[in-house]
Amino acid sequence: MDPFFLEALVNGVLLGGVFALPVLGLNLVFGVVDVIWLCYAELVMVGMYAVWFLYTQAGWPLAAAFAACLPIVAALGVLLHVLVVRPLLHAPPINQVLATGGVLFVLQGAATLVFSTDFRSLGVEMPPMEVGEVFISGTKLAAFLAALAGAAALWAFLKFTYVGTAIRAIARDREIMPLMGVDPRRIYLITSAVGGTLAGFAACLLVVQLDVHPFVGLSFGPITFMICVMGGLGNMLGGFLAAFLMGLIVSVGGFWWNTEMSYVVAFVFFIVVIFLRPRGLFAR
Amino acid sequence: MSAAVEDARGMGGTAAATASAAATLELSGIRASYGDFQALFGVDLHVAPGEAVGVVGPNGAGKTTLLRVISGLLRPTAGTLRYGGQDLTAVPAHALPSLGIAHVPENRRLFPHLTVEENLKVGAYSRSARARFAERRDYVFTLFPRLRERRHQLAGTLSGGEQQMCAIGRALMSGPRILLLDEPSAGLAPIVVQQVFALVRRIREEGLTVLIVEQNVAQVLRVVDRAYVLETGRVAAEGSSAALAADPAIRRSYLGMH
Repeated sequence: MDPFFLEALVNGVLLGGVFALPVLGLNLVFGVVDVIWLCYAELVMVGMYAVWFLYTQAGWPLAAAFAACLPIVAALGVLLHVLVVRPLLHAPPINQVLATGGVLFVLQGAATLVFSTDFRSLGVEMPPMEVGEVFISGTKLAAFLAALAGAAALWAFLKFTYVGTAIRAIARDREIMPLMGVDPRRIYLITSAVGGTLAGFAACLLVVQLDVHPFVGLSFGPITFMICVMGGLGNMLGGFLAAFLMGLIVSVGGFWWNTEMSYVVAFVFFIVVIFLRPRGLFAR
Repeated sequence: MSAAVEDARGMGGTAAATASAAATLELSGIRASYGDFQALFGVDLHVAPGEAVGVVGPNGAGKTTLLRVISGLLRPTAGTLRYGGQDLTAVPAHALPSLGIAHVPENRRLFPHLTVEENLKVGAYSRSARARFAERRDYVFTLFPRLRERRHQLAGTLSGGEQQMCAIGRALMSGPRILLLDEPSAGLAPIVVQQVFALVRRIREEGLTVLIVEQNVAQVLRVVDRAYVLETGRVAAEGSSAALAADPAIRRSYLGMH
């Protein structure tokens, strides 16, 4: 096989891993709270700035900057829930979308004010690895492995803890949760914190691959939403699989045509999928 | 008999001991509405520790509403609701399982995409219940051996009778002293209905206090000590099961006899 095509396949899988985290976060919050965080990619953007600032400006070790990024974005998720989502829990969905969409612009504007529109880079790069005839970026591979570890940790949390089991339960039947001794308000808060943590995790993996600027969310936000819808909104496993599918399409599309064209291919694929399976590829 | 079963029996005994020390549930003058629609018009009802009490009546009489008020899912607009002297109207619904009140909702409402054991785990969510999860799960499995066989199966794939066992088991996981059962026989085949009432009898023998809402009047009167007849949100009659079963009006309206 053409080693460049093989390389495109490998890169597609690696890219899928990075898409997977924000997809899981969005799906989790939507499945439990029933509100779409339209500003999800901007939470990731704030996390990227946090890492960039702590590492390059404050002189923290990279690991410490990563470690701080998770609770920072988790706290942001909690704030978003308490200040914006909770007051609108029983409002029409359009109001919820407008409100979280408004937060998107607020975060972009705030980032522009504080950091200007300059592109900021960490300047961290791991050496590439050569496997057979294929070159694999060390940074992308590390990010991919970390993303898998993050997804596995989320799975274990949802599968084995009391809170995680309640989170899976509440996504199906919120009304009777108090009969189980579960306070739904608390579950919403915890879910928002977990959703924020996943955004923070994604920020750590993206900041080593992309330069940060106030509008960096646009480079992965729309595709994140597309993947969520393709996998079936709220369907964690569907979203996870769709993330890899989309990673492959973008990467192989870029190999056959060019990078710009690859996103066109991805959108066309998305439109066809939604036309054929309106409830998502993996809807049961 | 295995030691595990003996232990579980022993635990049933402890449950009985707590139940006898347990509190009386008292409702007086309870009114409740859904928006403009008033469902309860001043209901008085009490359940003493160790008793099994039935609430019967036609569809739409307010039976389910009554249980929803007791378990805090719906706040009464007037009246008092006490359990062992404590005013429950000020207690949030999710705190009630820790107080010893468990509610098996209408239509069972299992989490169909979770396994039997995970359903039980959600039932043991409260802090005090988590510490005793394994012990109570084994107790539930002793009561309902079918659930042990199917513990890793998704609850949505259980038969109707097994789902009712799982719903009752889930409620038992919080270690309740009083169990509220809403139409446990609804939607089940006649043979399964018999099994469900056998389950209720079994739970009574374990020493639990039971408040059961049913449309199946003939069956429920055989299981409970006393019953209330609820009609359009008011208590139309009350008395011992024997007295109600002998009442000509009840026989005519609910037992299909003349």
